[in-house]
Amino acid sequence: MDTVVEGLKLMPINNYIILSSLLFVIGLVGVLTKRNALVVFMSVELMLNAINLLFAAFSVYHNNSAGQVMVIFIMVVAAAEVAAGLAILVLTYRTNHSIDINLLNSLKH
Amino acid sequence: MEQYLFYGLSTIAVFSALMMVISKKPIHSLLYLLLCFFTLAGHYVLLNAQFLAIVHIIVYAGAIMVLFLFTVMLLNLNIKGEQSKPVVARIVAVVAGGLLLVALVGVLRGIDNNPTLMQPNNQVGMMKNISDLLFNEYVLPFEVASILFLTAMVGAVMLGKSESKVLNN
Repeated sequence: MDTVVEGLKLMPINNYIILSSLLFVIGLVGVLTKRNALVVFMSVELMLNAINLLFAAFSVYHNNSAGQVMVIFIMVVAAAEVAAGLAILVLTYRTNHSIDINLLNSLKH
Repeated sequence: MEQYLFYGLSTIAVFSALMMVISKKPIHSLLYLLLCFFTLAGHYVLLNAQFLAIVHIIVYAGAIMVLFLFTVMLLNLNIKGEQSKPVVARIVAVVAGGLLLVALVGVLRGIDNNPTLMQPNNQVGMMKNISDLLFNEYVLPFEVASILFLTAMVGAVMLGKSESKVLNN
């Protein structure tokens, strides 16, 4: 199980940088434009995944496994965040009967 | 060959990410996000990071997506109409995002030129190398991560308990 895909040549790292930046920015625009809290969560997941891809690419290009270990930790934190966040979302839905993030202004009072 | 794979996967990834943001219904956004995650797993395979590819599919497509799907179905969100903010806010968000994209790419794209830093090695992603590092140098963060999981689990159960009990507290 040394290489599943034999003889793969690596792309220039600029391609990975551009791809990750694109995905990150799309996630950011999703966070800024959406009113549905669930879709905002999904956009945050997309941003985390863009960062993960860049970590993995740089770890391969720098010959250093620490980047991929960091990806595993990011996945752990993302899973914990989703579990707690969705529980809070369900609680919000119970009180407001909606998960519109504009209604969360009521937390100020 | 791998160039075509890379560009194909990238195109699908960016397309599905865009569709995730554009879609009106949350369930459509969710399915496009799932497609995006699978293409990212393909990217990990192209980087020969097999362990990451498998863990990515198990954690994201297996666990997180199921959680999202259950939430979408439990909350019955499809009756809502308007999902986006006003047009002005959307335009401002897109402009800000575009500026950030330009800045990020402009700052990061010169990195390739330093040959002493760049020593590509596609054996880095093997499970042997990763576990070597994870269980020697990073064993304390590994254990702390398990505590974090326990905390998140307890918190989710606490928050998700039936309404009357939560309100009485």
